[in-house]
Amino acid sequence: MKPFSYFCPATVDEAIQGYGEAQETRFIGGGTNLLDLMKMGVERPAHLIDIGRLPLMKISPHGDGVRIGALISNTDAANHELIRTRYPVLTEAILAGASPQLRNMATMGGNLLQRTRCYYFYDPSYQECNKRTPGSGCAAIDGYNRIHAVLGQSPQCIAVHPSDMCVALTALDAVVQVKGPHGERSINMTEFHRLPGDTPQVETNLQSGELITAIDLPSIPYGKQSHYLKIRDRHSYAFALVSVAVVLDADEDGTMRHVRIALGGVAHKPWRATKAEKALTGEKADKKTLRAAAEEELADAHGYEHNSFKIELAKRAIVRAVTTVVGGQQNG
Amino acid sequence: MDDLIGQPLDRIDGRVKVTGRAVYAYEHDVPNAAYAVMVVSSIANGRIASMDTRAAEQAQGVLLVITHQNSLKVPGAQNQSKTSPPGHAVQALQDDVVYYANQPIGVVVAETFADAIAGAQLVQVTYAPQPPQMDLESRLADAYAPDKAGGGGDPAASHRGDVQAGMAEAKKSIDYVYRTPFEVHNPMEPHATIAVWNAPDRLTIYDATQGVFSDRGRVASVFGLPPENVRVISPYLGGGFGSKGPVWSHVILAAMAAKQAKRPVKLAVTRPQMFGMLGCRSETRQAIAMGAKSDGAITALRDDTVSHTSMFGEFVEAASLPARMLYQSPNNSTSQRLVRSNIGQPSYMRAPGEASGTYGLEAAMDEMAYALKMDPVEFRLKNYAETDPEENKPWSSKSLRECYLQGAKHFGWSKRPLEPRSMQDGNALIGWGMATSVYPTRRSVSNASARLNVDGTFSVDAGTQDLGTGTYTIMTQVAAEAFGVDAKQVRFRLGDTILPQTPVSGGSQTAASTGSAVHLASQALREKLIQMAIRDARSPLSGLGAQDVILNKGRLYARSNPARGETFRELILRSGQPHVEAKAEAKPGAEKDHYSMYAFGAQFAEARVDADLGQIKVSRMVGCFGAGRILNAKTARSQFLGGMIWGISMALYEYAAVDKRLGRWVNNNLAEYHVPVNADIGKIEAIWVDEKDDHVNPIGAKGIGEIGITGAAAAIANAVFHATGKRVRDLPITLDKVML
Ligand SMILES: Cc1cc2nc3c(=O)[nH]c(=O)nc-3n(C[C@H](O)[C@H](O)[C@H](O)COP(=O)(O)OP(=O)(O)OC[C@H]3O[C@@H](n4cnc5c(N)ncnc54)[C@H](O)[C@@H]3O)c2cc1C
Repeated sequence: MKPFSYFCPATVDEAIQGYGEAQETRFIGGGTNLLDLMKMGVERPAHLIDIGRLPLMKISPHGDGVRIGALISNTDAANHELIRTRYPVLTEAILAGASPQLRNMATMGGNLLQRTRCYYFYDPSYQECNKRTPGSGCAAIDGYNRIHAVLGQSPQCIAVHPSDMCVALTALDAVVQVKGPHGERSINMTEFHRLPGDTPQVETNLQSGELITAIDLPSIPYGKQSHYLKIRDRHSYAFALVSVAVVLDADEDGTMRHVRIALGGVAHKPWRATKAEKALTGEKADKKTLRAAAEEELADAHGYEHNSFKIELAKRAIVRAVTTVVGGQQNG
Repeated sequence: MDDLIGQPLDRIDGRVKVTGRAVYAYEHDVPNAAYAVMVVSSIANGRIASMDTRAAEQAQGVLLVITHQNSLKVPGAQNQSKTSPPGHAVQALQDDVVYYANQPIGVVVAETFADAIAGAQLVQVTYAPQPPQMDLESRLADAYAPDKAGGGGDPAASHRGDVQAGMAEAKKSIDYVYRTPFEVHNPMEPHATIAVWNAPDRLTIYDATQGVFSDRGRVASVFGLPPENVRVISPYLGGGFGSKGPVWSHVILAAMAAKQAKRPVKLAVTRPQMFGMLGCRSETRQAIAMGAKSDGAITALRDDTVSHTSMFGEFVEAASLPARMLYQSPNNSTSQRLVRSNIGQPSYMRAPGEASGTYGLEAAMDEMAYALKMDPVEFRLKNYAETDPEENKPWSSKSLRECYLQGAKHFGWSKRPLEPRSMQDGNALIGWGMATSVYPTRRSVSNASARLNVDGTFSVDAGTQDLGTGTYTIMTQVAAEAFGVDAKQVRFRLGDTILPQTPVSGGSQTAASTGSAVHLASQALREKLIQMAIRDARSPLSGLGAQDVILNKGRLYARSNPARGETFRELILRSGQPHVEAKAEAKPGAEKDHYSMYAFGAQFAEARVDADLGQIKVSRMVGCFGAGRILNAKTARSQFLGGMIWGISMALYEYAAVDKRLGRWVNNNLAEYHVPVNADIGKIEAIWVDEKDDHVNPIGAKGIGEIGITGAAAAIANAVFHATGKRVRDLPITLDKVML
């Protein structure tokens, strides 16, 4: 990989000041994604700022909700008392991802910013990739596209965001706290990642040099009625083909007062299933209603040579995940 | 020490491995070594138009960049090699032609590994590309018939009886195409080579190889050296599965780089580079037709298999071989054809031919059993071949019937409803399937030596390799049993061409070949020691007949009176010799002319399939094998289980994903190239039938490294059908194929 300089600041402000030229600098958290990309030559930073010693390693109550420091490891977040008891869907989602070794290293901030596993993005010896080299084309559209997007993609890019954690955060309406050269701000999880459009190289609404400091989870009284369903090619250590995070508030008779659904593995960002949510709110969770809501959510979906199955799979996954929660089989 | 052979002795090399002290190829400490990293092609067909190496050459730490423009010319690189797949050639930067993606096209040599990697990324290549050829289906018309098929040199086609007449006679018939995908070996230890030129014409190679002697021969021929001037050292391997059998380009390039850089060179193949230049299991297309009478007797069987070979060499994925000999089908025809594709040379991968072939054949057998409404085990028993129907020879031994019965009993097969989709548990559809396993028993010439040392311990040597399978352990057991000593008293050395010559560790032949040589050498030394004792007036055993002396518990003593005897140390000290040695060569005899020699088995699997989401789990599996004498119950079990688990992989997970436009395998890393993880493996058991075979070889071992994978994928595919009622005929059975 390309030689780089290394700086390990002690404070958030030092980290932000040290950032310098955006193209050339990267923060490094656990390094489980960044280092792989550097070895492949996809990321070629000249400067690395190791944020591993920054004091962003606390999980604590925050208002009615919970704040998770950006440098908390995925393992620690998943296993924390406050998360396990109030937001078990987040625990499930994190533990469904990667392997214990990776989760021990991976940070919350890094997980938010992990990049797509599209084969053609991951290996610079492929010439076409609008995400890596804007304007070069998309090799996946006519290539091998089994793991690619069916919702919200563009002719420029059909990559998916691979994170499990982010799907749960999206369903939970988390808020990302950032600090940059121009101060602090909050970004709603649903606004954090972007659809590819004509600029697939711009993956989030984070500005250059901004550091993620924390993730805030709002209070959700019914947070325990939830489930993360991950469908993948093997039973562990594989990215989601399709995943569903469901958090809902159902009456004794099964009528759903509040429904939050997010999908993973189908789009360039975690996909908040607002159409399905609307169709289900106030309804009873019978198979027919669920199927109709899922149909509605996926109505605009579009597949390619190898991934069209994801459309039907996503529908069935929504039905299964909601049924599981209403049936009281998960996290109840 | 009676019956040390067969005991579940712990691995002799276990402790050094788990404590990190076993030194693998790349880890040998060689002073002044430079580091080499290969530059590989990103196109699959065409020519290199230009290579700009200036930036790389000026990069930090870079010593040398080798391309076809400045490479050492090694005309021997194009030589045919008997020890590699026939016609196999390495790509040693001798010209500008690109035959496949990931072909080596340059080498960057630098002071550190990091410098070499960074330098390699700076080499600018432009190509004159041609459209790659990688599709099988659209080019069937171009397929040609090779001369031979498979590692045993079998004919490429076979015929007996009249298939057409047999089909006409059939009450039920089936005719389907079964497909298996490209697979890439991916041993845990990527290939690596260190090359050290000790003199302009003397070379030492530390290599991750399954054949130190074939490695030596090939390297010597490429560089025009006498074989004795090349020494190959390979004490430990992190798996090979066939990929470390042939000598691939990187070995030659390491030696070339060392010569050109005038430094010892360490070259590691990176994980993404392992997809192409180191062999693969070819995709196969198996067209299988079968006819049977209503009582289940097969009247005709036809298997026409097509697979890929490279543009520059020939290797046949001989999937039709099991269809020739497994069942008593009177009218039988098989054929193998090849298409040339822009891929690296397909080659041997664990049970080449049989692994893919038992999938097609045994899935077809299952389909026929359903057509006949017969139990799949019963259908196989009905067509049981009492002798080899193709060769008309008796089997050296065959316990397949016992395997069916014991395996079925162990699994609980008798409770199986015949109807598909008749067992369910919540969202999971449950199915049971079975299939037959088969793998030929082979051996080659092998040598070994055995020595009694002055301290009373034994040293046994053979050049052979331990892929991680247990060679160290079983050879030690074979020798220790002959001497009647504890395994700790025997030191077995391997993995070096200064040791007695042995064959490649492939085709499950190491136990049979080198095990027999170790057995013979140890027996010869044993005889020598007995003679020394009984002929020495100073020995308490003086004057006894050889048959009256027993070697046990570290002593030689009289059969009639165990107190009359002496230790090995006493014996050798008195002799005044520094050591006593015996050598032996074991070679195949006439057994092959008289017998057909195979290991057989039966596999049973339970699959749970999510009715809506298609996710499949093999919740239970039983394999029962008849594989000759089992030398170590523990390492044998591991081999069977490892094979069965690879079968699960083949059935459900594993494939190199092809981008046909580019001629590339896109999932070239272990995150995306899926093999099973722990969570994928349910309850899995390997059992075996005690089998005594006096014909196969002196120790009666059949070889167990490969049989476990054969039949496994079919058993699972058949279980998935039984669960869902849906027949998937192309592997792997991913969830999208069963859910839709
Ligand atoms: C083999 C493998 C399998 C995997 N499987 C899964 C899976 O199944 N599901 C899943 O969800 N994930 C999976 N992952 C991905 C894993 O979750 C991510 O690699 C991990 O979460 C990244 O976190 P990190 O701290 O190591 O990030 P890093 O690699 O350190 O950083 C990633 C990116 O985030 C930036 N960054 C990091 N922290 C901050 C911050 N505080 N502020 C601003 N920018 C920051 C870095 O500059 C970099 O661009 C897998 C990874 C591997 C290697």
